[in-house]
Amino acid sequence: MSRFGATVLQHLSSSRASSLHNREPGQKSISFTGAASVMSDQGIQPGVPGAAPVQRRRFVEVLLGSGFMATAVAFIYPVLRYLIPPRTIDVGSDSVVAARVGELKPNSGKIFHFGSRPGLLVLTAEGEYRAMSATCTHLSCIVQYRGDLREIWCACHNGVYDLNGRNVSGPPPRPLESFDVQVRGEEIFVRRRREA
Amino acid sequence: MSPATVVRKWLDDRFDWDGLLAPFRKKTVPLHRLSYWYFLGGITLFLFVIQVLTGILLLLYYRPGPNEAFESVQYIMTQVKFGWLIRSIHSWSANLMVFTAFAHMFSVFFLKAYRRPRELTWLSGMVLLFLVLGFGFSGYLLPWNTLAFFATKVGTEITGQVPLIGKAMMIFLRGGDEVTGATLTRFFGFHVAVLPGLATLLVMLHVLLVQRLGISVPPKVEAEWIANPNLRREMKFFPNFALREAIAWYIALGVLGALAAVFPWDLGVKADPFISAPAGIKPEWYFLFMFQTLKIIPPRVFRIIDGEVLGVLAFGAAGAIWVLLPFMERSARSRKWVSAIGIFALVFIIGMTIYGYIAK
Amino acid sequence: MRAVLRSSWLLLAGCLLLSGGLARAQANAQTTAQPKDQCLECHSILPDNLGVTEEKFSQDIHSQKGLTCASCHGGDATSDDAEKSMSRKAGFKGHIDRKQIPALCGSCHSNPDYMRKYKPGLRTDQLSQYHTSVHGKRLAAGDTKVAVCTDCHSVHDLRPPSDARSTVYAANVAKTCSRCHSDAARMKDYKIPTSQFADYSKSVHYEALTARGDLSAPNCATCHGNHGATPPGASSVVNVCSTCHVFQAQLFDESPHKQPFTSAGLPGCVTCHNNHKIQHPTDAFIGTGDEAVCTQCHVQGDAGFAAAGKIKSDLTHLAQSVDQADQILTQAEQSGMEVSGAKGDLVQTKDALTKARVSIHSFRVERVEADIKPGLAGAEKDFRAGQEALKERNFRRMGLGLSLIAIAIVVAGLLLYLRKIESGSKPTAASLS
Repeated sequence: MSRFGATVLQHLSSSRASSLHNREPGQKSISFTGAASVMSDQGIQPGVPGAAPVQRRRFVEVLLGSGFMATAVAFIYPVLRYLIPPRTIDVGSDSVVAARVGELKPNSGKIFHFGSRPGLLVLTAEGEYRAMSATCTHLSCIVQYRGDLREIWCACHNGVYDLNGRNVSGPPPRPLESFDVQVRGEEIFVRRRREA
Repeated sequence: MSPATVVRKWLDDRFDWDGLLAPFRKKTVPLHRLSYWYFLGGITLFLFVIQVLTGILLLLYYRPGPNEAFESVQYIMTQVKFGWLIRSIHSWSANLMVFTAFAHMFSVFFLKAYRRPRELTWLSGMVLLFLVLGFGFSGYLLPWNTLAFFATKVGTEITGQVPLIGKAMMIFLRGGDEVTGATLTRFFGFHVAVLPGLATLLVMLHVLLVQRLGISVPPKVEAEWIANPNLRREMKFFPNFALREAIAWYIALGVLGALAAVFPWDLGVKADPFISAPAGIKPEWYFLFMFQTLKIIPPRVFRIIDGEVLGVLAFGAAGAIWVLLPFMERSARSRKWVSAIGIFALVFIIGMTIYGYIAK
Repeated sequence: MRAVLRSSWLLLAGCLLLSGGLARAQANAQTTAQPKDQCLECHSILPDNLGVTEEKFSQDIHSQKGLTCASCHGGDATSDDAEKSMSRKAGFKGHIDRKQIPALCGSCHSNPDYMRKYKPGLRTDQLSQYHTSVHGKRLAAGDTKVAVCTDCHSVHDLRPPSDARSTVYAANVAKTCSRCHSDAARMKDYKIPTSQFADYSKSVHYEALTARGDLSAPNCATCHGNHGATPPGASSVVNVCSTCHVFQAQLFDESPHKQPFTSAGLPGCVTCHNNHKIQHPTDAFIGTGDEAVCTQCHVQGDAGFAAAGKIKSDLTHLAQSVDQADQILTQAEQSGMEVSGAKGDLVQTKDALTKARVSIHSFRVERVEADIKPGLAGAEKDFRAGQEALKERNFRRMGLGLSLIAIAIVVAGLLLYLRKIESGSKPTAASLS
């Protein structure tokens, strides 16, 4: 792995020996880091291949190679995970899957999330799906479906709405916002009503 | 033979690979006390590539349209694995790219790299700078949050102030009289198709010119080297300068990642065209100096001229002069004037930007 | 040719005459859509006391249904001759005495057979109700200063109560009553306060009615009755309030306040909430603080005082927990974390706060805490969700830190490599090959 990194570097440059033009031998090379001057000060003797340079080379190779691989992984891994689509589909703010067919028994209701707001899905005794906002128009408590009353009821102050969302009794001043329900396959989609 | 050498020979047989790379092997970079500035162009290019890559990734999930844009960005930030990282990198890289583009332009200006024969490089670079600003302006609207919506409203409103053609320009930009979903669609088209296409062509031209003409040396240094040829220092592009560039690019990448993770980009609040503009709406920082200038110009100048129109025209004229400055240098005296204008411009931009930040 | 011209002239003249005649007939028809009230010929120009303009009377529901001046005042409305129309022989009654107004109105409005001809669903018991009211009783005793039908319903431009301009439209009732009941000079002899309208106009009910247009909010007639207007007695006030505020009344009935209030003759709801000036209760109403109503009776050391203090501190605790959860979730959301599920749960948790503020009316600590405890649990769960989200955010920073280290290693490696290849002298080159 580290050898790979080092080999890549070596093949990038055609001649490693002369790295600077017009330089007299023995003259200090000018580099941004001034590293070369440091190197020559570290007392590498000409003509003596020794243990020190070989160790240094291997160290650099290992360093570079492993560094490359680490950064490559650090870049490629997130991109690959990003490309895989997430489990929850993004249908936008206008529509949401409220439940699956068979989840609700007739004459019962379920609270689902419409974005961060609550919604109420009701399966009437006759087998029809109704959906509406579950935020009570009085003081914003969450309403529920009462199978015994066959109506929607708010436990906070006894507000009652009919199955069309209309406020029929108690303090609520306005009806609940109704939504459209569409059953597609096994999924029950609830969509905000749009003006024509 | 090592596998790398085999591949190289194969390519060479079919592409004249070695011939293609030959000029690059010979390319050198002048070395002097101001050589550090040469990095800026490369970093800008690097950031542009980052933008293209992260932009393509974002395109896989982003949906333009007033009902879906904000939610799709929210989806990217919250549901898509590492979506937050890609999006934040894209936003931060955009800002850094504008900064390095400006810095690159100013460094070229003060190092006088636009002199003959490099005028076309300067022109293509200026167009690229305007394209980068266009990228920033169009991209800013895409998440469709309140700040972006109103910043776009104000920005396009200012465009409408240009005499004669302003209204038509504004309607063209907005896709209508007001900022609506049509504006979003249009900006999306500009941002992902029109501007990238133009930018790619111009970048290729710009880089080609740099390769053909070599890297410019500042006048003072050039004079020194002509006087004493022994002082001339040059560095091979491959591998020395290239490796240094690689270091700079890696550091830039690190800075980007750090910014993206420590200061992730905000989602904001979804735009609602019917609420009144929140107090203190400001455009992005790179437009702030223009915005602030327009703010302090009195509504009526000399009692007959509309202040805002005057401001817009002044900036237009300033931009035009700036682009043509290289052609105005003929003598040593005019060179001094040009430098003075440059210093004034730099101080003005920095000063007004700071002022724009601290002003209410 | 001449014949054609002549006949066309004749045709034109004929058309003009015809259209003129038709127009006039139409104009006549419009004014005679309602039976022509000849009385108005003179009375529309007479001064105030005797004056009723046609414009005003056309707004009256009776006029629109085809009744005339003579329907109430007697006489003959078809004649414009003063002697003929206002003759005693024709049954002219003239100005109707105040004492006789209820009976006059009731002559039709209490007759179901008659009313069925106009609006079958309209009630016909207004007069009998009126006789039970304070106004009706005092009128029977000879006091003509009290309200009769026309005082509230107006006369000659009487509109049905469903009309928003009617004096008895739900949102206008209070103003109509206040015309007398806020008049200190007029009410001097009756020794009842005149502050009711001033108080009521500061109440939540008035605000709901007039500002929010919620017609189900109570006005004077809702609690006091309209035709049988009488204040409910102290013992029955709770019944009136409980028609809408069902839960609070039920809880109160089972509370330790019910018995002491009844024996002390204290009205149930009014003691704490006032009768007319019913303002929006805040958490400050409860407890032992300055604005609290509990300290009206309870003093330091008694059980009620302790209970009030405990209930207040429970409420405050819940409100604060909900607030904290809200803040941390908003913080997480704005830094790009996905918390919509937790935010939805928090909405449900806030329900507990609303319910607790109702269960206060049980005046029992355990009953209130039955609502507070699930609320606290919910708030804590949501708070923890917010903390998790922030932890995830910080985890990302750590991940970044690691990749920064990798980048630093590469940068260091590149730097060292550069040094190596630029050390320049041949021996170093040899060591690399």
